Amino acid sequence: MQSTLSLSFSPSSSAAAVSRSNTTRFSLNTSTPLNLRFCGLRPQALAFNASGNHRSSQLPSRPRSQAISAALSANGSPPKSFDYDLLIIGAGVGGHGAALHAVEKGLKTAIVEGDVVGGTCVNRGCVPSKALLAVAGRMRELQNDHHLKSLGLQVSAAGYDRQGVADHAINLASKIRNNLTNSMKALGVDILTGFGKILGPQKVQIGSSDKIVTAKDIIIATGSVPFVPKGIEVDGKTVITSDHALKLEFVPDWIAIVGSGYIGLEFSDVYTALGSEVTFVEALDQLMPGFDPEIGKLAQRVLINPRNIDYHTGVFASKITPARDGKPVTIELIDAKTKEPKDTLEVDAALIATGRAPFTQGLGLENIDVVTQRGFVPVDERMRVIDSNGKLVPHLFCIGDANGKMMLAHAASAQGISVVEQVTGRDHVLNHLSVPAACFTHPEISMVGLTEPQAREKGEKEGFEVSVAKTSFKANTKALAENEGEGLAKLIYRPDNGEILGVHIFGLHAADLIHEASNAIALGTRIQDIKLAVHAHPTLSEVLDELFKSAKVKAHASIPVSEPVAV
Amino acid sequence: MASSPSPFTLSFSSSVSSTSLLPCRRSFILPIPRGRATSFTVQSKIREIFMPALSSTMTEGKIVSWIKSEGETLSKGESVVVVESDKADMDVETFYDGILAAIVVPDGETAPVGAPIALLAETEEEVAEAKAKAAKSSQSQSSAPPPQPANPAPAISQPSPPPPPPPSAAASDGPKKTVATPQAKKLAKQHKVDLASLTGTGPFGRITPADVETAAGIAPSKSSPAPAAPAPASSAPPKAAAAGAVKPKGVTMTAILAKAAAMALVQHPVVNASCKDGKNFAYNSNINIAVAVAINGGLITPVLQDADKLDLYLLSQKWKELVNKARGKQLQPNEYNSGTFTLSNLGMFGVDRFDAILPPGQGAIMAVGASKPTVEADATGFFKVKNKMLVNVTADHRIIYGADLAAFLQTFSKIIENPDSLTL
Repeated sequence: MQSTLSLSFSPSSSAAAVSRSNTTRFSLNTSTPLNLRFCGLRPQALAFNASGNHRSSQLPSRPRSQAISAALSANGSPPKSFDYDLLIIGAGVGGHGAALHAVEKGLKTAIVEGDVVGGTCVNRGCVPSKALLAVAGRMRELQNDHHLKSLGLQVSAAGYDRQGVADHAINLASKIRNNLTNSMKALGVDILTGFGKILGPQKVQIGSSDKIVTAKDIIIATGSVPFVPKGIEVDGKTVITSDHALKLEFVPDWIAIVGSGYIGLEFSDVYTALGSEVTFVEALDQLMPGFDPEIGKLAQRVLINPRNIDYHTGVFASKITPARDGKPVTIELIDAKTKEPKDTLEVDAALIATGRAPFTQGLGLENIDVVTQRGFVPVDERMRVIDSNGKLVPHLFCIGDANGKMMLAHAASAQGISVVEQVTGRDHVLNHLSVPAACFTHPEISMVGLTEPQAREKGEKEGFEVSVAKTSFKANTKALAENEGEGLAKLIYRPDNGEILGVHIFGLHAADLIHEASNAIALGTRIQDIKLAVHAHPTLSEVLDELFKSAKVKAHASIPVSEPVAV
Repeated sequence: MASSPSPFTLSFSSSVSSTSLLPCRRSFILPIPRGRATSFTVQSKIREIFMPALSSTMTEGKIVSWIKSEGETLSKGESVVVVESDKADMDVETFYDGILAAIVVPDGETAPVGAPIALLAETEEEVAEAKAKAAKSSQSQSSAPPPQPANPAPAISQPSPPPPPPPSAAASDGPKKTVATPQAKKLAKQHKVDLASLTGTGPFGRITPADVETAAGIAPSKSSPAPAAPAPASSAPPKAAAAGAVKPKGVTMTAILAKAAAMALVQHPVVNASCKDGKNFAYNSNINIAVAVAINGGLITPVLQDADKLDLYLLSQKWKELVNKARGKQLQPNEYNSGTFTLSNLGMFGVDRFDAILPPGQGAIMAVGASKPTVEADATGFFKVKNKMLVNVTADHRIIYGADLAAFLQTFSKIIENPDSLTL
């Protein structure tokens, strides 16, 4: 918590030499009063225009008339005043998160969008897929006569209307898209429509060539698109990617899903709940390769084996032909290592879920000498872009899927917030190990931190012991009351100092439960400190309570006993 | 290959030919895995170890690993195998001493609950016998596309005598490939059906779960959800009661009796009354006839509400619906609690007459016996044979006296004997 006070006068090049990590100055024209900035105080204290309007959390007055002089700039011919403090290319989740935080910090922000606001997450990703998964979850419950009977319930034949399900997803996407757009507009973020292209340092072209915008800092947040390996012909009807699948234009009897990561897994949950049969095609030797192996094994037992799903592992789909002329979709499988032909599948549809490729074409990166690596924009741990000579490109950042560090929506917005923190004077490095991830199958899977093999490897390399604590959902009252005792939670930790290395949960509401653990990792909380915290009974969160209590840590609690509070 | 004593089993490994010509002769073979009853005789004391039900929801289990191997001696209570259920891995113990003679379901395989997973022999000599049995039963099980039910129903999975006709999607690809859906594969493994022996009826010639189930002799179940609301299927009327006075087409005996009783109750409302708590009695404004129905070893009384107001055909239809619901255990409480008068018909069981016991909360219950041809003397002294049905009413004497009851019965019998009055 700094409390430096800086007064600055315009425009002085000497002041410009101050390093950016301590303070930031906004110099004003002489006709207006000096800007005082107290770093320790809330940004509301910033007065923007001559009338001294306080901009608390209300709408800023528009337009902001003060020009902002440049700090230092080395290359090219820097403009003396910028149109915006911050320009974000891409109005997806990452861009939106960055924009909101930037406005809170008092930056004049604009966001450029060439397609639809909301990007992948809202229109083709998280939002519609969760809508479909909600339907799938309910459908599964209603059809599970066994389960209902054990609760004393019975339901006569449950059915669904495909268009109704698809409409739920589409309507939700458009609602969230509108909410996003309105939230940005209400806060005074300029939404510029058109494809953004970087022309030079701090200069971006929007859409056609006559619209050029300058900004002090630029964030690239252009996201990703589904990756389709070569040999696979996507026709959008019988051979589809997640973009098409989320529109749910039809429910096939038998669909092959290429790729068994979380996207493929979620779709298998949706399709099997709606009555399809699924075949997985996975290049690695085991399904769900990204998960902790123990969780993966249990997940396979619950999510795959009892359902109408079979799989082929260790094979590539070398060629996929869509259905035409009365023939089904044919998939030729070759061995992943030897490349010999192994089998041919004939199915009604194929979903390509082999990952996502960054969308960085046409960004004009060559104008600033940045070369992408497999399409990803190279960045350092502070999201600063690195050019082809290994040097940092000043005032240019890249967040989200486009940089490939962690291709998750909330990771993108966290990275965006980190960048805004840096740009407004506070250094910030996002700890990616504290960012949780979740897979919304039924039951859900979630994780934060390292998997057990990764933790053990790190332990060996750095010389510390690694312990594992496990607890089953069968021991949890609430889970049993719901008759959903199937689940496992796993804590990987250092017994010497109580540091949490990773937590993995498979079970009911796993995606919500993980945050206790991810918060602990983000704040550096140790097990011995958290194990005495009280959890409401009966709730699923007691699963984590059990985990923390069953961990055996040698160190003692470090926080002193706090003052008692009268109740 | 199977040398079971039955003359009907043929060598099924080539899956085909003769069986389809003799569909009706194979009806006796039980499709259940342990149904080779003839091969397990009492003398040999070879016991089976079954796949246990480790939880109430478990339907099949997977063998994680065999703790004991073939040839090892087991004592009662020892853990023999680790089984994975839908919930957890559990050790399974043996209930008998003996020698683990043969493992029927090996590691990693799945078997339904109740299926034999290993054979236990009591003595050394029987080990060899047990092994032979295990080999035989698994072989004949896997190579038998098991039996069809008595009627030569869908033998679609059996191609006709060689050469087998090519599947409908005679694609240009060279070798004929068996394409089976994931569920079909799972079912085939579970019921030990050889996929290569089936011809698929699904699109492009793929083998569907229904094909496998038919081959295994199980009625194909449509387990997937039907998109768009399905119309409830109405099956044929369940009752074909013994002949009463008259039985017009499609109307059951129950409906006739209920209608007649309702009409009689209109004229004698006191019989429709009930004594609520031993002190007061109330006339019921509705005439709801509860009819006793036996289902699955239990008894339930679906109620025909306002039976006097509905005409006979409507009543009959309503009755059919109620019985279906009762069989499907989907009766709502008000559909079986709201009776004011109960009817119990044991005529179909050939009972002449019986006395019913009054259900609490009601005024009267009528017990109907079978209608039998009886010799009768009429007024002129001539004998005639007539169908006679004995009807017996038990009533709560606190509210309904003998005279009321007799009057009711007279009305009732007049209605029944005069069938036209029913259709009023």
